Amino acid sequence: MSGQKKWMPRWFYQLASPRWCYDITGKLLPGFVIAALLLLGVGTVWALLFAPADYQQGNSFRIIYIHVPAAILAQSCYMMMAVAGAIGLIWKMKVADMVAKSCAPIGVSVALLALATGAIWGKPTWGSWWVWDARLTSMLILLFLYLGVIALHSAIENEVTAAQSAAVLSLVGLVNIPIIKYSVEWWNTLHQPATFTLTERPAMPAEMWVPLLVMVIGFYCFFAVSLMLRIRNEILHRERRAGWVRQMIGGE
Amino acid sequence: MADTLTKEPDYSAGRSVGSLYWAVLRRELLLFFRRRSDLLNPLVFFLLVASLFPLGVSPDPTFLAQVAPGVVWVAALLSTLLSMDGLFRSDFDDGTLEQTLLSPQPMFVVGLAKVSAHWIMTGLPLTLLAPLIAVMLFLPADGMAGLVLTLLLGTPTLSLIGAIGAALTVGLRKGGVLLSLLVLPLYVPVLIFGSSAVQAAINGLPVSGHLALLGAMLALGVVMAPLAIGAALRISVSG
Repeated sequence: MSGQKKWMPRWFYQLASPRWCYDITGKLLPGFVIAALLLLGVGTVWALLFAPADYQQGNSFRIIYIHVPAAILAQSCYMMMAVAGAIGLIWKMKVADMVAKSCAPIGVSVALLALATGAIWGKPTWGSWWVWDARLTSMLILLFLYLGVIALHSAIENEVTAAQSAAVLSLVGLVNIPIIKYSVEWWNTLHQPATFTLTERPAMPAEMWVPLLVMVIGFYCFFAVSLMLRIRNEILHRERRAGWVRQMIGGE
Repeated sequence: MADTLTKEPDYSAGRSVGSLYWAVLRRELLLFFRRRSDLLNPLVFFLLVASLFPLGVSPDPTFLAQVAPGVVWVAALLSTLLSMDGLFRSDFDDGTLEQTLLSPQPMFVVGLAKVSAHWIMTGLPLTLLAPLIAVMLFLPADGMAGLVLTLLLGTPTLSLIGAIGAALTVGLRKGGVLLSLLVLPLYVPVLIFGSSAVQAAINGLPVSGHLALLGAMLALGVVMAPLAIGAALRISVSG
């Protein structure tokens, strides 16, 4: 081992230990809770009270401050689930499997939130609750992909096999997401273009998009909090026979 | 006897991959022919689903002509899915699958051969049967060639994607409904380009773009899907 060059940083290997992971998430958690509360609080007040109303859509556009962060998060959550699944498959890391498993229910709820807020926003803007528009449809399919992963995971009793199967499925889904996205986009589109892109400045004025950015970051912090809580729960559940868990629960 | 056991077989020749492919393909086709009812069921299902639409929606020829491309495509997709569940089932039950996994042969080739056999026995007949249903649904004659071509390019992709789902669910007792839940969302792009190509052909627009995209998806599927099938089979058998 001594002569071999380590090509992965030390913390990556440490993450594989459930106990270390439990400790580090315990230390990170308070910071993220505070950041999430602060950002979501400030963002919501700013968005609902101080951001200017849209000149065409009036106040109804304000739902964007929930809708867009939820939609962005739903997509990145899938990405995280697939990457964690791949790490679990390749390095056989238990913690990565737990991360992938914990991502799925969060992904479902944010995808549902994005769809629901989209429907509510669609009513005053397009005049109907549901339109077979490209973005809505691809979000719906993303929701189905999440549900498929969860269904497969719960159908297999062996925890390790379930995690591996779900990882393969989410990787297949990951390859398919861009294909689905573009195929649906060419098929039918009514939705406005993406609010944030990496290469261009937002088309909205700064008073509108800055609170949106705050909300997006707030949503990510909230995601981190709920993911860490789920992982900690999962670690305790799976390591319930390990000495350190018994000691911690018995000792306190 | 001892000599044949100790002698290392020669897997180095490129020929052996090809002969493995043909051997598995021949075996699968033979098995399919021995169970002819399995062969017929997806086709009957295809006809049945397509004939439910006029009964359920409207027998009006102009209306049916409008929905025909979509109906034929959805019916083809569902009957492919229906036949998918049995793809690895019997091999899994009698242990053949485990032996195949233990052998030093690449699962990529075995998976590809199995999917090819499945397509020859379901996708190809469906494609040949589709014009009949299209006539029953009053599909305009301009769309007929487009329909057959898109099905010819699209159904192998459906078989490839479906086989991933079948491989993931093969170890489960009640894999059927779960399989459709896993696979149907992944079928969306094929459905979109398949039916919109037919629609374009009816309207007199060029279909080469749609066909190229379907071909691209097939190429991607041929390269990637057998990898996922092999990994999924390994997981299912070991679990």
